[in-house]
Amino acid sequence: MKQFKGRVVAPGTCTAEALVTTEGFNTLASFQMALQFGDKEVKCGDQNNKDLHGKPMIGKALCLPQTIGSTTGGLVLYCACAMEKNPACMLFANHIDSLAAAGAILADVWVDGVSMPVVDCLGDEFLHYVKDGMTITVKEDGVVEVE
Amino acid sequence: MILTQEQQAILNGEKGETLAKVMKTLVMYGDAFEAEKLVPITSTYNHLVTSFGLKVMSPVYDLMQQILDAGVASGQKFSVDPRPLDKNVPANFLQNLVFNKFMYTKQDYYEDQLEKLGLMDKDAFSCTCYMDEVGNKPKKGDILSWAESSAVVYANSVLGARCNRNSGIIDIMGSIVGYVPYFGLLTDEGRKATWVVKVQTTGKPEAQLLGSAIGMKVMEDVPYVVGLDQWIGTELNDAACSYLKDFGAATASNGAVGLYHIANLTPEAVELGESLIAEGAKEYVIDDAELARVQANYPVMWKNPDATPKLCFVGCPHLSLEQLKDWTDRIEAGLKASGNKKVLIPTVLTAAPKVLEAFNKTDYAARLKATGVITSYICPLMYMNNPLCKKMPVITSSNKLRTYTSSRYYTDAEILNAITKEGK
Repeated sequence: MKQFKGRVVAPGTCTAEALVTTEGFNTLASFQMALQFGDKEVKCGDQNNKDLHGKPMIGKALCLPQTIGSTTGGLVLYCACAMEKNPACMLFANHIDSLAAAGAILADVWVDGVSMPVVDCLGDEFLHYVKDGMTITVKEDGVVEVE
Repeated sequence: MILTQEQQAILNGEKGETLAKVMKTLVMYGDAFEAEKLVPITSTYNHLVTSFGLKVMSPVYDLMQQILDAGVASGQKFSVDPRPLDKNVPANFLQNLVFNKFMYTKQDYYEDQLEKLGLMDKDAFSCTCYMDEVGNKPKKGDILSWAESSAVVYANSVLGARCNRNSGIIDIMGSIVGYVPYFGLLTDEGRKATWVVKVQTTGKPEAQLLGSAIGMKVMEDVPYVVGLDQWIGTELNDAACSYLKDFGAATASNGAVGLYHIANLTPEAVELGESLIAEGAKEYVIDDAELARVQANYPVMWKNPDATPKLCFVGCPHLSLEQLKDWTDRIEAGLKASGNKKVLIPTVLTAAPKVLEAFNKTDYAARLKATGVITSYICPLMYMNNPLCKKMPVITSSNKLRTYTSSRYYTDAEILNAITKEGK
């Protein structure tokens, strides 16, 4: 088990299975088809993301460097949370980008009953260490345990 | 973040629960970027990125309704991105069924909400809201709460306004309270260039290709571009502004650029020169070979790479009036040279409704119509954004459209050749 300390962007705790990408996460491309066509597993629809394409995202601890793509990204993430199709948490190796921050914060403030903790600044080592299927525990203070 | 008494009162709920949530959203957003304060929005108009009534986006319309029901809509009127539907654009029976009965079933409902929220006028739908004909053109130094990436990079770079690359919904939240968090591209420090890009091509580089190369290299950083003024001049005239519009959209979509400086041309570069370059800035040299390498590396997303194109889109972001006239001249000349009377591939030129209105008052409109080309106010991205269109072989000279859809990118000259001569 290894611990990493990040910064809390959206508060909360959770334990979930890791889903990892070392590429930028295109929020619109990843969620669009799954939300549009009611995919219960919310499989990643971004064909440019070799790490995630076709993998279920719902309830996973999504580990990523940052998000990329359309500035609709934040509202897509907000919709995913409002529809309860969101990852369990989002864990950023880098400083969070403005689109992901917006989505996470909109969900935190405007969606009742949904918790999606978001932690950033976990560092490059975090993404090197964590692998798909590992168990992730996010604590209130931004500590992330990987085992 | 330090808030004024007025801002703190709003956050504390003294002006109602909904406004408190709007303020909380902005404060948390600012805190994520270590913003010290909120600063007033100074632009006359706002611009929203969300223009589409997609059924799947119902939570967004529910949120807008909360704002309307609470009576806290902004007094600042706004323009909005292009409409996703236009019956002038070719679509088959199945596509029309999917568009109208499945995807965009909330369009009328959402447009009604937009009117109540403060839409400038019924035709204020364009990603190029800063065109004179549209009338949402910020002044140098204006603070904005915009989100459309191509408009943000244009406003920052060409107009000298100040705006971060915000997400949709954040744009309207800022406008409602009249403040945005002070960080990033709002600050002098955040507007310094961390890349010096040297353009060393032997001819005028294709705007959308040059922007793509720079975007993919610098990602969200600020580039200071030298050597481009020799090709597009040192005056921000119609031609230079149109070029920078397309260049900027490519930097923003192929990367995440929110601001660029062009030596001897864009306002801050003219005013401050190389003092805009941050210490330790990295360097990127672009020559003909580099542009050829970038174009050759675009993935082909078509099922059959040799398929005959079924549709061509030009105008993402929307074309200017001068560009519409220029395309008319070039298509006419291309058809004349090849001995054809009409374009060989269904072709759609897109522009803002108000720009099209101005274009239709000129004799160019009839000439363009005679070539078989269609004009539309549609958002090509929204048109392409479904499984049916993903299977269509569509060509475009837009690097933004290429990035977000299965359409295939060609330079303007290649597009002209395809639609007037080759038909493929």
